[in-house]
Amino acid sequence: MIDVINLEKKFGDNQVLDKISVTVEKGDIMVVIGPSGSGKSTFLRCLNCMEDPTGGQIIFNGVDIADTKVDINIHRRHMGMVFQHFNLFNNKTVVQNIMLAPVYVQCQDLRKIKRKNFCLKFTNLFKSGDKKQELTPITTSKAEIVKNAREEAIDLLKRIGLEDKADVYPSTLSGGQKQRVAIVRALAMKPDVILFDEPTSALDPEMVGEVLDLMKSLAKEGMTMVIVTHEMGFAREVANKVLFIDGGQILESAPPEEFFSNPKNPRLKEFLSKVL
Amino acid sequence: MGNFQQKIDKFIDIFIGQNGYVKVVEGLKNTLLIAIVGLIIGILIGTLIATVRVIPKYKTLPKVLNGICSFYVALFRGTPIVVQLLVFYYVLLPIMGVHMTGVQVSILVFGLNSGAYISETMRSGIMSVDGGQMEAGRAVGLSFGTTMMKIVIPQAIKNILPTLGNEFIALIKETSVVSFVGAADLYVAFNNIGSNSYEFMVPYLVMALIYIALVLIISLGIKIMERSLRKSDRRN
Repeated sequence: MIDVINLEKKFGDNQVLDKISVTVEKGDIMVVIGPSGSGKSTFLRCLNCMEDPTGGQIIFNGVDIADTKVDINIHRRHMGMVFQHFNLFNNKTVVQNIMLAPVYVQCQDLRKIKRKNFCLKFTNLFKSGDKKQELTPITTSKAEIVKNAREEAIDLLKRIGLEDKADVYPSTLSGGQKQRVAIVRALAMKPDVILFDEPTSALDPEMVGEVLDLMKSLAKEGMTMVIVTHEMGFAREVANKVLFIDGGQILESAPPEEFFSNPKNPRLKEFLSKVL
Repeated sequence: MGNFQQKIDKFIDIFIGQNGYVKVVEGLKNTLLIAIVGLIIGILIGTLIATVRVIPKYKTLPKVLNGICSFYVALFRGTPIVVQLLVFYYVLLPIMGVHMTGVQVSILVFGLNSGAYISETMRSGIMSVDGGQMEAGRAVGLSFGTTMMKIVIPQAIKNILPTLGNEFIALIKETSVVSFVGAADLYVAFNNIGSNSYEFMVPYLVMALIYIALVLIISLGIKIMERSLRKSDRRN
């Protein structure tokens, strides 16, 4: 699903990622671990071009999204992202946070169809009977889009048990609640893959569990996920592939059992001995 | 004080008896029109410039736009507003062959001028919004412009509302120079009353009171607006 080929990222002269190549298959739960400053967050942020890669390719669903000519916004809609600091939209209520992108995208499509129909109607004026072009039928309206999106958003909120918080602002939520809302906000776009950038690092210890549980249930449903985390237990339990990144390179890539019980790379051995 | 009483009587006579208030209402209307429409134009221009100036600049187009915006800001902050009014009214518009009334020119110039100031205010507002908001917007597939409009700028405006209020108040007061281009504002109205009666003390006093009242009302309005915008920060 995502093919990363020789990905490079430089900040000035500082080479953060050095020719990283990795493949994420559909249904993969890939966990990326590594010491701080190793480039693992940068790697994740390069996957949806939050940071523009300075070299290499990222083939997502057959398109090289590292190419700056590609309209990245269309591809990002199929690639959810969850941030360390939640980044819920502060000026929107919880349910608006979830609805915003789906409603916007669908309304944009609707406008496009309407515009096209309008042009067709105009050109049809100058064409004879059977040459007239067919208009695209409009099956929905903005009100309907909003209504459906709201229903879907409420369903998602029910899933995380926060439907009673639908109309409050994010500032009233706890960290764990915010992060769960952020996750369902990503889900609302029905993405093919979700990227998690240290989703539990900014949480109180007692709130980590609720977020990890939600991620586990997503994993069970077969959602493709790439997760940067320091939760080794979670990695061992849920992942089917674990990457160790240090110095901008993938030093080890293995299934979790092998990765944790039989590490080969000396840097990884040292790292594991410190964190486990 | 008997003298003062006489002056007041004279003023009231002209103000009500000789329909002086018609001019004053007209002047008040023009003052508010110039300030409010000017502020709206200013906010639009300011937001546009501020947005251009925060676009990441590793392509040519944003760099060029940024240069143009810097030049614009330097131009309008570097010259007095009276000079701008005079240049527009007596130089630029005649050259371009456009005819505009004094009020229209004033609205235009005040809009352009406050746009330059508001752009800097707006830029600081945009920069005060956490960068994560933009990232989150981009991550769900919204464009830079859409994220700016729907997420960042509403939060920025909330943050700079007190400063925008300042700008509006300053605008209201600065409009007292529009008589330079023949626009009849509050000052012109009271000046007329004064010259008709050869008595300036009371008209100018009343004028000052009207300005103060205007500013107080506006401050109150801003306070109310701020409270309603702060909704999303409140913990309930």
